[in-house]
Amino acid sequence: MEYVVEMLNIRKEFPGIVANDNVTLTLKKGEIHALLGENGAGKSTLMGVLFGMYQPEQGMIKVNGEQVQITNPNVANRLGIGMVHQHFKLVENFTVTENIILGNEPLKSGVVLDIHSAAKRIEELSKYYGLNVDPHAKIEDISVGMQQRVEIMKMLFREADVLIFDEPTAVLTPSEIDELMNIMKNLIKEGKSIIIITHKLKEIKAVADRCTVIRRGKYIGTVDVAETSEASLAEMMVGRHVSFKVDKEESKPGELVLEIDSLSVKNNRKVMGLKNFSLSVRKGEIVGVAGVEGNGQSELVEAITGLRKVESGKILFNGEDITNLPVRTRIEKGIAHIPEDRQKRGLVLDYTLQSNMVLEVYKKPPFSKHGLLNLSAMKEYAKNIIEKFDVRSGEGEVSIARTLSGGNQQKAIIGRELELDPDLLIAVQPTRGLDVGSIEYIHKRLIEHRDRGKAVLLISLELDEVLQLSDRIAAINNGELIGIVNASETNENEVGLMMAGVSKERSV
Amino acid sequence: MWTIIEQIFPYAIVFTIPLLITALGGLFSERSGVVNIGLDGLMIFGAFAAALTINALQGTIPNHNLVLWIGVLAGAVMGMIFSLLHAFASINLNANQIISGTAINMIAGALTVFLARNMTGSGNIRITSGFFPTDVPVLSSIPVIGDLFFTRTYPTTWFILLVLLISAFVLFKTKTGLRLRSCGEFPQAAEAAGVNVRKIRYLGVILSGAFSGLGGAIIIVTYAGEFTGNVSGLGFLALAALIFGQWKPLGILAATLFFGFATTVANVSSVIPELSAIPPIFLKIFPYVVTLIALVIFSKSSQAPKAAGEPFDSGKR
Amino acid sequence: MRNTIISLIAVLFGLIAGGLLMLFIGSNPFEGYLYLFQGGLKNISRFGDTLATATPLIFTGLSVAFAFRTGLFNIGASGQVLIGGLLATAVGLTFDWSRPFLLLVMILVGFLGGALWALIPGVLKARFNVHEVVSTIMMNWVAYWTVYYVVPGYFKGEFLETESRKLPDEATLRTPFLTDLFQGSYINIGLFLGVIAVIVIGFIINKTTLGFELKAVGFNRHAAEYAGMRVNSNIVLSMLISGGLAGLGGVAMYTGNATSMQIGILPSQGFDGIAVALLGANSPIGVFFAAVFFGILYSGTGFMNAMTEIPPEIANTIIAIIIYFAATSILIERLLNKLKKRRTNSTAVKKEEV
Repeated sequence: MEYVVEMLNIRKEFPGIVANDNVTLTLKKGEIHALLGENGAGKSTLMGVLFGMYQPEQGMIKVNGEQVQITNPNVANRLGIGMVHQHFKLVENFTVTENIILGNEPLKSGVVLDIHSAAKRIEELSKYYGLNVDPHAKIEDISVGMQQRVEIMKMLFREADVLIFDEPTAVLTPSEIDELMNIMKNLIKEGKSIIIITHKLKEIKAVADRCTVIRRGKYIGTVDVAETSEASLAEMMVGRHVSFKVDKEESKPGELVLEIDSLSVKNNRKVMGLKNFSLSVRKGEIVGVAGVEGNGQSELVEAITGLRKVESGKILFNGEDITNLPVRTRIEKGIAHIPEDRQKRGLVLDYTLQSNMVLEVYKKPPFSKHGLLNLSAMKEYAKNIIEKFDVRSGEGEVSIARTLSGGNQQKAIIGRELELDPDLLIAVQPTRGLDVGSIEYIHKRLIEHRDRGKAVLLISLELDEVLQLSDRIAAINNGELIGIVNASETNENEVGLMMAGVSKERSV
Repeated sequence: MWTIIEQIFPYAIVFTIPLLITALGGLFSERSGVVNIGLDGLMIFGAFAAALTINALQGTIPNHNLVLWIGVLAGAVMGMIFSLLHAFASINLNANQIISGTAINMIAGALTVFLARNMTGSGNIRITSGFFPTDVPVLSSIPVIGDLFFTRTYPTTWFILLVLLISAFVLFKTKTGLRLRSCGEFPQAAEAAGVNVRKIRYLGVILSGAFSGLGGAIIIVTYAGEFTGNVSGLGFLALAALIFGQWKPLGILAATLFFGFATTVANVSSVIPELSAIPPIFLKIFPYVVTLIALVIFSKSSQAPKAAGEPFDSGKR
Repeated sequence: MRNTIISLIAVLFGLIAGGLLMLFIGSNPFEGYLYLFQGGLKNISRFGDTLATATPLIFTGLSVAFAFRTGLFNIGASGQVLIGGLLATAVGLTFDWSRPFLLLVMILVGFLGGALWALIPGVLKARFNVHEVVSTIMMNWVAYWTVYYVVPGYFKGEFLETESRKLPDEATLRTPFLTDLFQGSYINIGLFLGVIAVIVIGFIINKTTLGFELKAVGFNRHAAEYAGMRVNSNIVLSMLISGGLAGLGGVAMYTGNATSMQIGILPSQGFDGIAVALLGANSPIGVFFAAVFFGILYSGTGFMNAMTEIPPEIANTIIAIIIYFAATSILIERLLNKLKKRRTNSTAVKKEEV
């Protein structure tokens, strides 16, 4: 069986870290090969090497049996290798055609861009592969699913034979995921070969032929997907037995803490991002909001925390109307928030850990008096959080926040928020980009908070996480509440349908 | 009213042209992703080089117009050379682009006077004469339009308008233009498509240097006649025109025409009876105030290149 | 520590470049620098002039550094200097109060004038996200023309159209005590104001909740907003303080160093403030020393120009080149790293040899 791509004994280093340590991956012609690993295991780096974005320190790459040096993406393109990125590399105010031809532009009379014939070719390719792409639309106007298909088109336009998909399903609705799987099968039929980078075991089982597993930069093995269970894949990925079940008792919900009543909120594009949304959260329960990214979750969270204005509707917290109160007041009343982007919203990266821990409370005694800071009180407080929440850093509380790893940054933020002992904790994507160990730890703390009689509102794009942690689940689609169900009485399919907009009669 | 417009029109155009070409330079730089607030300094370098060259060559070659064009060319070249300082700092060293641009302005103001004073003792460099305004044959006899557009024009005006047309074409209809614009909007996407972002940005900055140098040189050979160590802050006004014109060539043309007229009106207000009633201070600050207002109006829908001013972080996710 | 070394190296490179320039025009760089530094430091009167020259730079440096710390570029210091100076001069020429009271009002009015001038760019930035670089530059030119017409219009000097009336002695920051102490120099109490400002600003930045907030906003406005800080008010407040500091620089310049205002000049002290802030690594103490250094450079060029053929613009040129090196300090950092590596390698080799 001929190998179309062979990556042999690849070693790639970055300052201070070995991202790939003696990794081997081989791709047969006409196969879908999965590359599995936790967040931070080195998958994207390996594919970056294949796509010419990085140069390996050691190892060799062969394409169709011949050794090659892939020094930049252009070389990769010429060899027929193309990459569909996780974060799309599309220029928003260019058209689909302009994005596809960028770097490879067809010309009329040697100087002028030949948009017309390019658009025609794109239409033809689109029909052939069943991609349904409009050559003249602007990227900022089309859906996320179509944007991904434009990324695929970029590769087909350059006649790629090997397509690398980097976490392709992260931004798709369940039905768009099915569409994508079909597209992939079509591509294989037309003679392409595919590598798919993912950490989602279900998807690997659904489409992949073989799977290569890496863990912390090291090569663990390559297996036949049909003959390997999800459980053993998981064990190879993490290195120990993983129970995906979260240990939790039944919730005992108490009084109403948060009541959202017909909330409507505008999003950044001046249209309603949240429409007549209603939800309630009680003490002692975790309510999870399930939905695909960009369906109103950010607007919901920002409205509750006070970062965004509300067009209509009310927010009641412990019986009080907080709809128009400023952010700081809400924090003082007992709402804490773990933001979805820890580096942008959660931490001042250039401040020390110590300063970050008092970001919300520095104005209150004992941290300051009459406007003067009490640095030793801040230090004590920070040290306490660091110990309690096992935040690892180079220099303790005086470490600059930027120097901490993603997992420790997140733990610091969670520690800071939980230390406020809030009546309502809003956790948005609390485990994004973290390794399994950190994920387990954070899940435990969230359940603990609930068990102490507090309320947790969980927003997550990982359906599994929502299903496991929540007591009740609300599904959001296009800014609307589709339905609310008890976690114990539902399953992935039902919630998946709701996330796609299909509502249920029953609601709890 | 009409006679006033007729009278001031050529002066307004003369004032507009250096602004226009400098703003075009700023356009290329910013569209490629590099903010260049050193346009003023680059204009000064261009004015200096032009004055110096013409001063050295005048009299030695019988064709004075040729000397003037050589001076203009020298201005463009000097602007290009010093723009390399900004390019290197911003593109290779990822320095703060505002600070680097400010350094260019400061170096220009100081170094040119330093060298000029060394040569002439006074810090000013005079040239015997600049271009003479002439009428365009045939076209100037057309009623109304002929009087307005084709009488008493400078050859440099037509040159710059040609540059404007070519720039618009290159920016929107050629592959270099497409690549340049992609580097200013989302350089990571350009890089993934195989575009050499660094090279393109160097091109953008060097063009801004050449165009600003041209702008400064044209000031010397059209209305100033003498290098005095500064260009009265015209480079900053060009920056404002760039924003006012929303980063499009035609918009810049409109914005610079507006500034050209406003400034000319302010300068001649004392001579024109209808205008002399307005306190001169208002006329002088009018362009700046209007710019501030325009900045507010355009703030919501700004068409600024999204990645302008950010150092390019290759491989960033 | 690192920042100080980098600043010192930038200065060194700038001085070397200046020396090369002197060579280029056929002068002796050693002579040139000798006279330059003598001119600034040779005797007590000259030293006084150096300190006086440095005083407005302390203020504009503090102004720009303070704004930088909170993430803002105040390129409008020149205009704020003009307006601060204008208002102080106006009060000084118009009112006849007792000296301490008059000076106090002048200082206050100078601060407020500068603050007001920075208010507009501040509000535009906070409410409309208008970039402060362009808005402050526009305000500079509005200030320029304001002075251009207001001074001859209301405060015209007796002899020159382009100057204001001279301030009466009681209305200036000059005191006979200082003038005698420094043997005729034009040093004045502006210097003490400058030192006080350095201490106060340093205190605010490092020890107060205000400083904590402003720095947080400067580093990451999103995180600051999320933590409940009022980002928009902070931006405006920061510009107000920054503008006020520059306004005080105007007071020092026009009622201390000089005793009248000239029209038709956009004070270079405003842009030099950027240089001072950069070189001083945006710290108040650093600003102080950078300002004094620039004071020496500016002060000494007169003497140098008298004794050699070197044009006085060499000072601005050297300063501008220092700024370019400070802006590209990454290069210097890389150089330092390379030197460090070589030294550790050679000590390692030496150890092996032993």
